[in-house]
This record gives sequence, C-alpha cells and structure tokens, in this order.
Amino acid sequence: MNPQQFDYLLQGAWGTVVLSCLTFVFAGLLGLLVALSRISPVRAVRGAASLYIQSIQGTPLLVLMGVCFYGPNLLGMTSVPALFAATLALTIQSSAYFGEIWRGCLQSVAKNQWEAAECLGLSRLQRMVKVILPQAMRIATPPTVGFMVQIVKNTSIASLVIGYAELSYNAKILNNSTFEPFLYFGCAAVLYFVICYPLSRWSRKLERRLNVAHS
Amino acid sequence: MSYEFDFQSVLAYWPMFLSGAWTTLQMSFWATLVGFVLGVLCAVARTGGPLWLRKVVGAYVEVIRNTPLLIQSYFLIFGMSNIGIRMPIMAGAILALVINIGAYTCEIVRAGIESIHKGQLEAAECLGLSPAQVYWHIILRPAVERVYPALTSQYVLLMLVTSILSAVGANELFGVSNQVQANTFRNFEVFIVLWVVYLALSVLVRAVFWLVAQCVFVRRRKLGTSL
Repeated sequence: MNPQQFDYLLQGAWGTVVLSCLTFVFAGLLGLLVALSRISPVRAVRGAASLYIQSIQGTPLLVLMGVCFYGPNLLGMTSVPALFAATLALTIQSSAYFGEIWRGCLQSVAKNQWEAAECLGLSRLQRMVKVILPQAMRIATPPTVGFMVQIVKNTSIASLVIGYAELSYNAKILNNSTFEPFLYFGCAAVLYFVICYPLSRWSRKLERRLNVAHS
Repeated sequence: MSYEFDFQSVLAYWPMFLSGAWTTLQMSFWATLVGFVLGVLCAVARTGGPLWLRKVVGAYVEVIRNTPLLIQSYFLIFGMSNIGIRMPIMAGAILALVINIGAYTCEIVRAGIESIHKGQLEAAECLGLSPAQVYWHIILRPAVERVYPALTSQYVLLMLVTSILSAVGANELFGVSNQVQANTFRNFEVFIVLWVVYLALSVLVRAVFWLVAQCVFVRRRKLGTSL
C-alpha cells in the first residue's frame, strides 16, 4: 500500500472519530433524558419512553439510517449532509441503549438513599441532582465507556446507506479500485482495533476499580 | 409538508418482503445455533483450557469484539473469493455471523461460568460426582441459565445485524428491500415498512427464546424437585 492510500484510510479513521464523538455527546444528553423519563412518576411519560426504547432496539441501525437519510424529504429538504443524517441516526439508536444502561444504574442506587434525601427536605430535583445522579454515575461509567466501542463500530454502517466518508467507506473505495481486500480491510480492522481496544480495556479497568471501591 | 406517502406501491411487493424476512430468520437460526456451540466451546477453553489456548481464544474474542462486523464480513467474503475460495453467499454470510457471535457468546458464558460459587463445586465433589458430571451439571448448565437473558438480547441483536450482510450480497430482508427501492423509488416508505417488519421479527425472536427457556430450564427444575 502506498503512503497516499494509507493517508486516505487515516482520513477515514478521522471521519469515524468525528462521527463517534458527535454521537457520544448528543446520545449522552438524549439518553439521560430517556433514562429519567423511564423512571418518571408520570405513567404516560414512562410508557412513552419504554415505547421509544422498544421500537429503537427492535430495528437494525441500517433501517434507522435510511429513515434519517430519506426522512427529511418530508420537510421538503431534498438532500441532507451525510454527517448530519449519520449523527442523527446513531444518536437516536445509541440514546435508547444509553437510556437502558442508565436506568439500571439509577435504579440500583439504594432506595433508602431516596428516602434519606427526602427526610433531609430536598426537593425531587435536588434529590436527583445532588444525591442520586452522582452515585449512579459511578456505577454507570464502565458500561458507558464500553458502549463507546459499540458506537465506534456502529459508525461503519453509515457507509452503507449514507455514504459518509468514514473508515470502512474509504477502505471499500480503495478495494473497489485495486481488489486487495485482505490488505485494505485488514488495515481498516487494525485501525478500528486501535481506536476500540483502549476503550474496552479502560472500561474493564474502571469496572474492577469501582467494584473494589464499592465493596 | 410537500411529501406524499405512497405505501400502496411498496406494499404490492409483499411477497418479496416475506421471502426476505424468511431468509433473515433462517440466517439468524443457523448463526445462533452454530455460534452458540462455538461460543460455549470457546468459553470452556478460556476458563479451563491450557494457557496457550486461553491466549488464542482471548485474542480471537478481543479482535472480533473491537472491530465492526461490516469489516469482518468484507475481509472474510471478499478476501476469500480473492484467493480463490468461493462459497455461496449465504454460507459466507452465515460464517461471518458465526465467527462474530461466537466471540460475544464466549464472553457472556465465561462471565456465567466465573460467577459459579466455589462452594457448589466442593459440595458436588462431596456428593461423589465425577469431574465431567460436575462440569456439566454444576458449572455449564447453571452458567448458561444464569446468563440466558444477556444471551437473548445478544441474539436479537444478531438477527438485526444480519441486515448488514446485504452489503456482501445476501438476499435477506434488507437486501430484498433494496430491490423494492430500486423498483418503486419510494425509499422512505420502504424504510418505514422495514422498521415495522424488523420490530415484528424481534418480538418473534424474543418469544422463541422465551419458549426455549420454558422448555429447557423450567422442566429441568421441576424434574429436580420431584427426584
């Protein structure tokens, strides 16, 4: 592989990183909202959140990508930037998974913490922000970091419907012109591994450390 | 709102959607079956095998879990055909899925095996069970039962990611829908239909897993109490 081609792969890897980071930020915010709605005292809100999660988790990301890419047609937009559509689809998908992860963590904070906070005279919002969230965040950190690996891998699907220039898209372009699949896809796999492996190691380390602190 | 929905022309292709859904289910079934066996074997090797085998299986698991399925299937299917090994598309697609799901199953089942309490092993030994009996009755089956919910979610995800293999030419639900899109130019409607069909399929897969659990685990428990 000549340096130019490797450069092209690296550009793709950069596209992957940008898309992953954008998704992580937006999906994090939306996911928190989903998790909070899932444990809301209002029944309709809980139901809506659970319907959202079920319907997102029951469909492939590929389909979601298609909806987000062609959906803006409804609003009269004839074409949307690929990055926008890809971020939108990944954000919607990841937020459902984040919502479930975080709901579990919020609910795993011991019940008497709620009661104790209530006795102290804190309002619902204060209880959530000052007592529950900080404790839940500690439990939620390892799976959240682990899920970042999932997001990075999921970005590869943007190459299929949307044609956003990320790593697997660029690898495919190179392969289409030269037919050396082992070389290009092997290199792409190595680059994905370089991005993902530190994250999954980090997640495992955090898990061990926080478990020790917990017991 | 300038867009006008036209589901009629899309739904006219329902036999194609149906055959695609059937292919998706078939692919998922074989990948689940073979992948489960592979994953359990890997988990056994990774917890009880010799050191070199643990390292090899560990490397396999890490590589698969940290690279996207899309790249894996490109590598496998395009790569194989490039060095002259040509297999039917379905076989290649299922092979890619099996290799992928094997790694995830291995990790999940390993967690189950490691969660078995040591006292149970000692108790089983005291009862005079042979090592093979201990492994089967005390370690493996309870481990799988314990991680069964996680396995279910993973296999529902497996059914959903078969859609990616349309990129290497598999004619499953998503691959078929590409043809419908090309015929009707109704991309958005096609995706809405796909959404609904995949939702139905994932409900179906969950139900099947629930039924299997009812048969395998519950009956065993009843037998256990009556003995």
